[in-house]
Amino acid sequence: MSNLFSNARRMAGRAVAGAAALAIAGVAVPAAAQETIKVGVLHSLSGTMAISETTLKDTVLFMIDQQNAAGGVLGKKLTPVVVDPASNWPLFAEKARELLAKEKVAVVFGCWTSVSRKSVLPVFKELNGILFYPVQYEGEESERNVFYTGAAPNQQAIPAVDYLAENEGVKRWVLAGTDYVYPRTTNKILEAYLKSKGVAAEDIMINYTPFGHSDWQTIVADIKKFGSAGKKTAVVSTINGDANVPFYKELGNQGIKATDIPVVAFSVGEEELAGIDTKPLVGHLAAWNYFQSVDVPENADFIKKWRGYIKNDKRVTNDPMEATVIGFNMWVKAVEKAGTTDPDAVIPALIGVSVPNLSGGFSTMMPNHHITKPVLIGEIKDDGQFDIVEQTPGLIVAEEWSPYLEGSKDLIADWRAPMNCGNFNVKTGKCGAQ
Amino acid sequence: MSTATTTPPALLGKSGLVFLAVVLGAAVLVPLLNLLTAPDSALHVPTYVVSLLGKYLTYALLALSVDLIWGYVGILSLGQGAFFALGGYAMGMYLMRQIGPRGVYGDPVLPDFMVFLNWKELPWFWYGFDMFPFAALMVVLAPGILALVFGWFAFRSRVTGVYLSIITQAMTFALLLAFFRNDMGFGGNNGLTDFKDILGFNIQADGTRLTLFVLSAVALALGYVLCRFLVRSHFGKVLIAIRDAETRVRFTGYRAENYKVVAFVVSAMLAGVAGALYVPQVGIINPSEFSPANSIEIIVWVAVGGRGTLIGAALGAVLVNYAKTYFTSGMLAPYWLFMLGGLFVAVTLFLPKGIVGTFYDWRSRRSPAPADLEPADLAPADLAPPDKALPEPKPAE
Amino acid sequence: MIFPGLLSRLGCVLLLALGLLAGTLMLPRAAFAQGAAPDISAPLAQFTTDKYDDTETALNALAVSGSPAAAGIVAALADGRLFYSPATKQVLIRTAAGGYVDAAGGQPVAEAPPGLKAVRVNNRIRRAVEAASGALALVSPDPAKRLEAAGAVMRARDEAALPALDAALAKEADAKVKSALTLARASILIGKAGVSDADRIAAIETVGEEGNQDALAVLRSVPADAAPAVKAAANAAIDGIEYNLAIWSVGQNVWYGVSLGSVLLLAAIGLAITFGVMGVINMAHGEMVMLGAYTTFVVQELIRTYNPALFDASLLIAIPIAFVFTGLIGILIERTVIRFLYGRALETLLATWGISLILQQAIRTMFGPTNREVGAPSWMSGAFELGQLSITYGRLWIIIFAMLVFVALLATLRLTRIGLEMRAVTQNRRMAASMGIRTNWVDAMTFGLGSGIAGIAGVALSQIDNVSPNLGQSYIIDSFLVVVFGGVGNLWGTLVGAMSLGIANKMLEPYAGAVLGKIALLVIVILFIQKRPRGLFALKGRAIET
Repeated sequence: MSNLFSNARRMAGRAVAGAAALAIAGVAVPAAAQETIKVGVLHSLSGTMAISETTLKDTVLFMIDQQNAAGGVLGKKLTPVVVDPASNWPLFAEKARELLAKEKVAVVFGCWTSVSRKSVLPVFKELNGILFYPVQYEGEESERNVFYTGAAPNQQAIPAVDYLAENEGVKRWVLAGTDYVYPRTTNKILEAYLKSKGVAAEDIMINYTPFGHSDWQTIVADIKKFGSAGKKTAVVSTINGDANVPFYKELGNQGIKATDIPVVAFSVGEEELAGIDTKPLVGHLAAWNYFQSVDVPENADFIKKWRGYIKNDKRVTNDPMEATVIGFNMWVKAVEKAGTTDPDAVIPALIGVSVPNLSGGFSTMMPNHHITKPVLIGEIKDDGQFDIVEQTPGLIVAEEWSPYLEGSKDLIADWRAPMNCGNFNVKTGKCGAQ
Repeated sequence: MSTATTTPPALLGKSGLVFLAVVLGAAVLVPLLNLLTAPDSALHVPTYVVSLLGKYLTYALLALSVDLIWGYVGILSLGQGAFFALGGYAMGMYLMRQIGPRGVYGDPVLPDFMVFLNWKELPWFWYGFDMFPFAALMVVLAPGILALVFGWFAFRSRVTGVYLSIITQAMTFALLLAFFRNDMGFGGNNGLTDFKDILGFNIQADGTRLTLFVLSAVALALGYVLCRFLVRSHFGKVLIAIRDAETRVRFTGYRAENYKVVAFVVSAMLAGVAGALYVPQVGIINPSEFSPANSIEIIVWVAVGGRGTLIGAALGAVLVNYAKTYFTSGMLAPYWLFMLGGLFVAVTLFLPKGIVGTFYDWRSRRSPAPADLEPADLAPADLAPPDKALPEPKPAE
Repeated sequence: MIFPGLLSRLGCVLLLALGLLAGTLMLPRAAFAQGAAPDISAPLAQFTTDKYDDTETALNALAVSGSPAAAGIVAALADGRLFYSPATKQVLIRTAAGGYVDAAGGQPVAEAPPGLKAVRVNNRIRRAVEAASGALALVSPDPAKRLEAAGAVMRARDEAALPALDAALAKEADAKVKSALTLARASILIGKAGVSDADRIAAIETVGEEGNQDALAVLRSVPADAAPAVKAAANAAIDGIEYNLAIWSVGQNVWYGVSLGSVLLLAAIGLAITFGVMGVINMAHGEMVMLGAYTTFVVQELIRTYNPALFDASLLIAIPIAFVFTGLIGILIERTVIRFLYGRALETLLATWGISLILQQAIRTMFGPTNREVGAPSWMSGAFELGQLSITYGRLWIIIFAMLVFVALLATLRLTRIGLEMRAVTQNRRMAASMGIRTNWVDAMTFGLGSGIAGIAGVALSQIDNVSPNLGQSYIIDSFLVVVFGGVGNLWGTLVGAMSLGIANKMLEPYAGAVLGKIALLVIVILFIQKRPRGLFALKGRAIET
């Protein structure tokens, strides 16, 4: 009881405090325009994506708060400009334009889905803004104005498959996903990868479901059937957020345990597990670049401060949050290096910037505008956290253009001086369109 | 209805002229203020406002198309967004083909999303979209044919009222799911994006934006005149009669379903044109435009502005979308759904005739003989005899 | 070839299973004979390196050590109660009381060293432990456990388990367990090297009679170099099973369809009242379902906090609370908004859509945008086999619940006074009013009833779907389709509509895939409405248009 209601009160309190802070900031801007730098926050606060994106908005506000307490950037305070694109893709483009053209923000942190990123992309290119995109995605993109701090498929999917093959002896694969671009691309890459490792075509089953699919009986039964062919089977799940809960519930109901058919997911993190009874899921896996359970002092410190800021000592942290934190710190460092917030100076300055990540190492912004990351494989525990069962020994550089796809195997991205190209074709020696 | 049979009114009433003056005035004034005033001048209209206004105008045209069938024929289509999206996709496919070899993979023919999903050749339904006239034709034909087929089946079977609304919703939902599928060849949920130019002009250039804005304003004005012409004509009188008493019209010897199909097709084509103008200004078209919630929102714009007034529909679209733009920024952001929801409830309860309808009422109270107002314009609910304001008889089982 | 570690690991599991078995079974004698427990300090030290390979080696070593402590240590490992101190390299077991005992000797430790860490377990270790426990359970006194263990041995097909199996088979009295053990034994024989062809064919026959998915897996594992006669027997058995399973799979699809249909029925039945009977296009219906699900969440939270023992009854407690709560919200909406809109059916769509936005955002503000956890009571988890049908308890209960709700609603409308008044008011309001029925009150009650039913549907749906502010949105379109397909104003229509859409969906899914199946279904419904514009169970009345 107390738990619930204090939560509601806390939310309301936070909202009021946030609103007050914004109101004050809004009043302060004209008077002290010289002293502040505006930071745009473009995450859905209502609609279907609010479930994931609200936390990232809080993360950016938290980082701004921390940075201001430490003296701001270039001696100026940071002011957040929060807008709500309401999970509506055209509205993302409109809001991005508002942030860049009207509010004249120095940088934008935002987007979750690929389609929202695609929708704001022309705006950022046209108005020369900087976007930090914090979510794992399908790759096949490298743009001058976007910095990708989430994982590319080779920083998440391929190590996860390797782990299952080597440690669990998996020989038969179910690639199950929601029918949209991220799962399609990831599964194409994985299919090519598995085949290159000698897995036969009949040992790969690919299955797509609509968004928000809630009746998994048939598909789980099919997986069970596919898994009874005498070879160790695993499911690689690129099922989108909302459909995961009923999927896992059905797995539990049909008695598929992780020791029989393990499921490794790329879109299920601490935040998603908070809404599921995790007892039947113990042992199923997820691959990310960060888990809340990473046992290093930097992470413990971050979790403590975050919980203090959000005033909730049960609030979980997750991978896209870490990506937001890394992106934010990189931007601050690059601005200080460039001595200005002008995108034309900050964009080149960002390449090569290295900041501590929350898993005890450093992440570096590479010339392809993606960052280096360690890959962690975790098994779900009964408390909704992950037990990290494997961590890649070194950092992995993103392959933004997958070598396993026909169209992109000859492409590379390098945004440094001579090349300055996001899609350089090494075969023709030309930069994409030119 | 008695006044409807008196003097045949002018094509455009007084308020119609005001409306046209405002729309066309904006088409002239906004580009001038954008180009000729200094950026720091109080009168300056920044480019970002221009493209915002351009988007509102396409929504206004879409709302107009809904008002034509809802306000004058009584067809509540919960799938109007589908026609809008089809028009948008037709334009988007043209814009995709215009990219040519400038896509990230440099493939001269295939759009990017086909390249990285290992498509080998262009699907047949993409043929011809590299030619603008063909694409422009498809902008009206694709929604028009869907409306023709759907309407012909539905109206011939006398599917009316709620049943019709629900199956139009099912139609747009089915299209949503279909366009979501990557196998369909329309780019899946990412849709079509990364456009470069239109008819040889850079799509991101300010000049192109202004031109598109002016075109949207002109399209809205023409759409208004067309709708006005339709509802003024004998054809329109039959439509209104169908709205108010379809059976009686049928018994009088009219083929009601044919009239409805024509209105439905015209409305779908208007929506398609709106979609085609919308896409280059927004820069993306994807299946979310098919979502049933979008179509409901269009209905709400019309209701807010005033059903059966045409001007009201356009006004409602602009007002609601401006409110959306305003409330989704800054401190109000987390609460805008409360306001939007509250607005719908308040309008249906306190302004059942919408803003324009209420204004007409107010004016007719002040001057009892209005020049151009006809009650026949207004929605049937407003004219219903008091005893119709009761639930329709339906046994419980 | 590409996954080299596998074979050796499999071997480890077998060794471990047998070793543990031997250790426990023979231990008393061995201990007497030797007088002292074997030294297990080396494997124990391996538990402290925090590496899975070492943990597995340690498990193997422990298992063959014959130490009396081994079984206890393995059990502790499985439950996550095995700890070690990185500083002192001491390995401890946490007892149920919360204290610690030394793993090697079993003597209590007064003060646990600081910085204790749990020995970590992953799927590999878990599987090894499971296989070991499976072999152990073959001799468990509980027949249910023995049955389960026989199944595990059959699926694992460890040749090394054969002696243990033979021993267990010799002692077994329970016929059911005995046949399961025979089956497990046959499964092993099929793949074992050096078995005579006659034995192998006999084994294939035994397994073939079982006729299920597991048997199929066993039969497919017949070695490629087996004699032609053996292969032919296996193929014949496989064909037989596949034919059998294909027939059963039709039944299975029907079952899935009925189960999906009952979910649709639950979601739509409240709408059959507010929309079907009252004519209100209630777009906020989905949100009533969502409120019911959130009520379940709140009830479970309260129970977890104040009386965890009641958890299994939480859903039963939530049902009346959800009914009353969402019913009251429904009455509130009817009194403040809907009652001004009677007769303007299409405008109720706008107002209720506005209400649905407000309710969604209100829940998002109060509970946060993320999913909330609603647990399943124990009587709703698990599955049982009926022939070759796999039936999960959760789905079974939802079907039963949907039917109960349907019957209760039908009875309310048919047999109670309020039901009579509802029908009277919706049939002829003014006549009803002149007969002395308070029509306003009846309107409010009818809308409240519809909303309350939606609320209890939410209790059931919380078991299979996300409890998030978006819950209602995902059911609203399907609900309207069900009501319209079945025929507005007819509860039986809603039942038949829900079941036929559910079964059609599940029949289409295996052929067309989930996405295309759903699209095909929508098209079918659209076409059907053309054929019967008033739905499946059209009302026969005098009105030519409604």
